[in-house]
Amino acid sequence: MVYPVLWMITGSLKNNTEILNGALSLIPPNWRWDNFVRGWKGFGGVTFATFFRNSFMITIISTFATVISSACIAYSFARLRYRGRKFMFTMMIMTMLLPGQVLLIPTYIIYNKLGLVPSVIPLILPHFLGQAFFIYQMMQFMAGIPRELDEAAFVDGCSRYSIFTRIIIPLLKPSIITTVIIQFYWKWDDFQGPLVYLSQPTSYTVSIALKLFADSTSTTDYGAMFSMSTLSLIPVFLIFLFFNRYLTEGISTSGLKG
Amino acid sequence: MKKGKSSDSKQVLKVRRFIYNETTAGYIFALPFIIGFLGFTIVPIVSSFYYSFTDYSLIDKKSWVGLDNYVKLMGDKRFWNSVYVTFKYVITSVPLKLIFALFIAMIMTRKTRLTGFYRSLYYVPSLIGGSIAVTLVWKELFSRRGLINQMLGMLGIDRVSWFGDQRMALIPLILLTVWQFGSSMIIFAAGLKQIPTTYYEAAKIDGANRIKSFFKITLPCLSPVILYNLVMQTISAFMTFTQAFVITSGGPNDATNFYALYMYNNAFTYRNMGYASAMSWIMLVVISIVTLVIFKSSKYWVFSEADK
Repeated sequence: MVYPVLWMITGSLKNNTEILNGALSLIPPNWRWDNFVRGWKGFGGVTFATFFRNSFMITIISTFATVISSACIAYSFARLRYRGRKFMFTMMIMTMLLPGQVLLIPTYIIYNKLGLVPSVIPLILPHFLGQAFFIYQMMQFMAGIPRELDEAAFVDGCSRYSIFTRIIIPLLKPSIITTVIIQFYWKWDDFQGPLVYLSQPTSYTVSIALKLFADSTSTTDYGAMFSMSTLSLIPVFLIFLFFNRYLTEGISTSGLKG
Repeated sequence: MKKGKSSDSKQVLKVRRFIYNETTAGYIFALPFIIGFLGFTIVPIVSSFYYSFTDYSLIDKKSWVGLDNYVKLMGDKRFWNSVYVTFKYVITSVPLKLIFALFIAMIMTRKTRLTGFYRSLYYVPSLIGGSIAVTLVWKELFSRRGLINQMLGMLGIDRVSWFGDQRMALIPLILLTVWQFGSSMIIFAAGLKQIPTTYYEAAKIDGANRIKSFFKITLPCLSPVILYNLVMQTISAFMTFTQAFVITSGGPNDATNFYALYMYNNAFTYRNMGYASAMSWIMLVVISIVTLVIFKSSKYWVFSEADK
């Protein structure tokens, strides 16, 4: 099951002939660390340091924005009573089922008209406006927070705003952690967004750079490509190792009630 | 002087009362959604409907062409091919993935000491399956002299030109999708844990074997979770883009030219925004119908709590 991954990781220490001929063996005959040096150089004079920095920047900002905006919206839908709430909630569920590819082209045209292509803004901006999947997941979680807490705080003079910051947010922590992890993965792995909206090598993310790195020369340097591929998965693995427990719990509760 | 101050404070009080009103707070907290929904869902959908009736290359002025784009699509062989390829891919990859995910989930939920570790291990594929790194590795695994062909060679089977043969090219892509079973598996596992063990015990006393209790207890109790996974995976399978773009570029001879890929190429390679917008709309309608059919059919095979 994880064989392809192991093959990639060990492949990053082999040269081309070793990868192609001794394909089945996992142990590299010679540990060729220079693959990493060659890979890190990137292409067109831009190193992978730049690509990693771009990816981190886009991913961290987007993740942070998603958490804040989705928590606010979830609070509004789950805890406050007002006219129009049900309608908006229904609309949100609809957007969850709406295939993202359908919106790709018109959204691109709009950004293009606003002069925001090429730039990173189209990749980040939507995250400040909430992501339906996470709003829904946070709402499910909030349903488990006793309403009595809100009411007690209200009697003690808390406003709807301070109930959110003092009661809901601290109790929402497990759900927030799940959101952080999943959003981080999605954004880190995102390919089509950067493909469409970025055009300068200096602004490329790791995923675009990997694809171009594989295409850039007629005879692909597999060792270097695998070494950079391996590096690109490290942030994902690290987060997984640290938060594994939250992730499995979070996904299972959010999925179950769907 | 005094009077002014009191009317000021009255004003302040009014503003405060307005701000602290539940409705106001509700809309303020929902504001990101309202902006996002209007700006990033409604406006794009409506404008793409409009663009689908125009000839638009982003640079030249757009011109109204009426139903031309749709008429052209109906006569476009590559369009029909992409529809056919996508349906073939959805129909094979989604059930395979779900069956595989359910199978692994059932093994996982058996109580063993290794379960926690194994579950983490099995989650790895879906964790990184969507990444370009794995997609590139996949391409090498199935290359002419790649791992898969060497393994086939050991079994005495001739090398297969996976990406050179029209009949074969879809298979590696389907296998990659199936390999990304992790998130469905975890949702299944959570669903399995919810089934009371007393059901199985009662069935055992009544003389049901494992296979029977799987079909009579496991599947019905799990049906809401199956519905959720089915809808989500179907929608995402219809939108598959990256794998085909990176691994096969749609080839050979359009054998893996998925709908989303053909749409992308129309928009960004051939700069035919109007044509691509028409394709988006057709995709929206088709996926809506498919989702609706799944939901409608669920009446017959999904058991809700009330029925139990």
